[in-house]
Amino acid sequence: MRQIIAIAVLSLLVQLVFPWWSLAVVSFAICCWRSPGAGRAFVYGFVGVGIVWLLYALMIQLRTDGVFVGRMSELLFKTNGGVLPVLVTTLVSGLVGGLAGVAGFFVRQASGNQIANRIS
Amino acid sequence: MRYAKASLFVILTVLLVYALNRPWGVVPAFGPLLSPFVGFWQNAETTEAADEELILKGTRAPVTVVFDDLAIPHVFAQNDRDAYFAQGYLTARDRLWQMEFQTHAAAGRVAEIVGDRALELDRYNRRLGMGFGAERSVKAMLTDPRSRESVEAYTAGVNAYISQLSPAQYPLEYKLLGYKPEPWQAIKCAYFLKYMSGVLALGADDLNMSNVLRRIGPAATADLFPDYPFREDPIIPVGTSWDFKPVAVPATPPNAFTSSEPLAMKWPDHDPAIGSNNWAVGPQKSATGYPILANDPHLSLSLPSIWYQMQLVTPTMNVYGATMPGAPGVIIGFNKQVAWGVTNVGADVLDFYQIRFRDASQREYWHDNRWKPVTRRIERIKVKGQADVIDTVLYTHHGPVMYMAGQKPFAKNVPVGYAARWIAHEESNDFLTYYLLDRAKNHADYREALRYYGAPAQNFVFADVARDIAISPNGRFPLKWKDQGKFLLDGTNPAHDWQGWIPAAHNPHVKNPPRGFVSSANQSSTDPTYPYYINWQFAPYERGVRINQRLARMQQATPDSLRQLQNDNMNVRAANALPVFLNYVQTQKLTGQQPKALAVLKAWRYTNDVSEIAPTIFTEWTRQCMDAVWNDNFPNNDSTTLRYPSFDRTLQLAEKDPSASWFDDVNTPARETINDVLTQSFRAAVDSLTRQHGPLGTSWQWGKHKATRISHLARLDALSALNVQIGGGNGIVNATTERTGPSWRMVVALGPKPRAYGVYPGGQSGNPGSPHYLNMLETWRTGQLNELLFLLSADEKHARIRRRVTIK
Repeated sequence: MRQIIAIAVLSLLVQLVFPWWSLAVVSFAICCWRSPGAGRAFVYGFVGVGIVWLLYALMIQLRTDGVFVGRMSELLFKTNGGVLPVLVTTLVSGLVGGLAGVAGFFVRQASGNQIANRIS
Repeated sequence: MRYAKASLFVILTVLLVYALNRPWGVVPAFGPLLSPFVGFWQNAETTEAADEELILKGTRAPVTVVFDDLAIPHVFAQNDRDAYFAQGYLTARDRLWQMEFQTHAAAGRVAEIVGDRALELDRYNRRLGMGFGAERSVKAMLTDPRSRESVEAYTAGVNAYISQLSPAQYPLEYKLLGYKPEPWQAIKCAYFLKYMSGVLALGADDLNMSNVLRRIGPAATADLFPDYPFREDPIIPVGTSWDFKPVAVPATPPNAFTSSEPLAMKWPDHDPAIGSNNWAVGPQKSATGYPILANDPHLSLSLPSIWYQMQLVTPTMNVYGATMPGAPGVIIGFNKQVAWGVTNVGADVLDFYQIRFRDASQREYWHDNRWKPVTRRIERIKVKGQADVIDTVLYTHHGPVMYMAGQKPFAKNVPVGYAARWIAHEESNDFLTYYLLDRAKNHADYREALRYYGAPAQNFVFADVARDIAISPNGRFPLKWKDQGKFLLDGTNPAHDWQGWIPAAHNPHVKNPPRGFVSSANQSSTDPTYPYYINWQFAPYERGVRINQRLARMQQATPDSLRQLQNDNMNVRAANALPVFLNYVQTQKLTGQQPKALAVLKAWRYTNDVSEIAPTIFTEWTRQCMDAVWNDNFPNNDSTTLRYPSFDRTLQLAEKDPSASWFDDVNTPARETINDVLTQSFRAAVDSLTRQHGPLGTSWQWGKHKATRISHLARLDALSALNVQIGGGNGIVNATTERTGPSWRMVVALGPKPRAYGVYPGGQSGNPGSPHYLNMLETWRTGQLNELLFLLSADEKHARIRRRVTIK
């Protein structure tokens, strides 16, 4: 849980300044620092990163009337609706975050953080 | 093993990020596009309500911008320079992608953005000499201190906006297409003008007419393609006397109209629906005793909206109207004293000259009995994802040789091996006309402003608070012998050159005609008494005559009377043609849906209203009828391209000469009569509509059949307005066709304080994520107008004012 919060907060902060993919660096770093297993690392990364994109996208959609998001849905997914853009946005960020988290875990494992590994 | 896993997942992550961070063909880069931090989400706007202070450091004194409820800016500046700076800044803020894309297109730089699928388009624009013309225009613009100040300040304003943009704030289209804005330059304003000339002054039937001449000979050509229509109601009223002594017109050279070699290219008809209406009623016809003026320019309807409304107030002017993104000043509008509007003239200002090169090296060409040097202009076309393409364009004194034999042309109206002589290649300072109109106080100022105008030639309508009304088909017109350029010209013979200009003061004009109104709808500029040649064909007279009939009857006119006329759906073509055509239909031969369709046509009151079915049938029938009459005589094939005579000439034949042999289909042994042609084409039209829409019923309604579309400039349906239900049509005063229509409607009532109304199909913002992207569409569709808020000072109170922005 701590990792999820850390990934969410840090990824939000770095994305205010750096390109979108900086979220992968954050997820990687946090899971490299502390993660008990590949599956958990994926969840940390997916949820930590995805929740930020999900909430930010939802906030924008609710603040505007949704007409534009419908148009974008039509443009990108050939179907008019507000759900799909939010869903795909969340999934894309989550996948990148999750994969980066798994990579972070395995690097942690490989880089001789042996004791931590044995404990976990 | 541990290392392998670690490496694998690191590589997988990097690959995923890489894949999401780049576009794949037409699929945009999904990572940055979907990011709520920088992607399309950032373009979702809400209505701004708070006042704002912008520190741009580009103005000499603070500028106050008042925004009304439609997000239209009213700019109050203490000097002209600051006003144009603010115009550039505000226009870029709402329309940056549009203004850059249009000027990129004119400059032949679309391949830079979308890759090699735009290469032929770019090559075409460059060979047309768009760059050549823009370079000459910008020179003229920067020579006059007035236009120089406005263009430079406008440029600085646009750049003040671009320079502070972060990628998250880029307009949506940059994110979709994956590129970024570049700094604006003065020459882009000139490119914008060339873009408009490309839309409005690129009509040339020279090639097809030469092929017609070769096929049917001079006598039949003159008979079927006359220089003045059967039915006409010219812009300058018949009987107006010319208040000048004409200069000598060059003599028609011998053998001027002998036809050349056959040329094999298909001709895209220049869209007859691109035109416009304008008119002004004089004091004797108006309820207030002051003139009222109306204008609606018809263009390819597109989004972001073609026009951008703005009010500009400085110590030298207070002008309100429609501006064009990319051009400083107001193009169609009004101030306290005057109002003006424009429609296209359609002058013959693009001609093609056959060039005789000395040899295959193409370094010299024959002209005036000697060899003259060809100059070469290197065009370097950048192509996204590929190496630059170098194109060498040959220039003669006529102009660029657009395509050499054997090269594949893009627009099929350009003959192989011919040089294009085009008005847009001339050095001219067209902005100065608008600069002066924005500040005009009376008729004399209007006449002075028109002197500077080059292209695309426009019918400038005018009205002022001193109760004068006027109109003038105006632009720079080459001084030609009659019909010079109706056919392809001989590039070796100096008698075929453009040999001077019609003096600006001799351009057709009329002030306060006895009938009490002036008007134009792209029809013939004058009757045949005008001593100069402007063109041999103009837009059909139907819109013009309908406007004139209604204005002639109009008394006690108000802005609403003019608004109603702008929405008039009377189909004059049908009113003229149906009483003639229906006589020839052999009813005994009709089957299935055909008798029902005939009954619908017979009961029709000739209005192209949205729920009528008859306009659908009539439109399809006339199309099929023209093919049935003319396709056998003027077939297009691989070796030659031809064109049909006009509908006006066809109807004249049906009325005056129904036994003409043209009605016979030469491809059949039988001799067809006009009865056969009209009956056959009627049956074919109804059958075709039945296949398309099913049995005759509500699905045949004009609005549904026409399905007007307002298309996004990048042709993205999701960002367009599709299937807009509206009446009107081609040749109707309400000239809304499938793709074209009134891109701006304006009515101005002059008086102690001008009252004005206007609307366009779209909104102020070019951002599809803005509430102001399409908010005026419904008002436009239903034929209503918004009152235009004409403010006298920045402090003025009005219920429609929403916010104030100070630019420092």
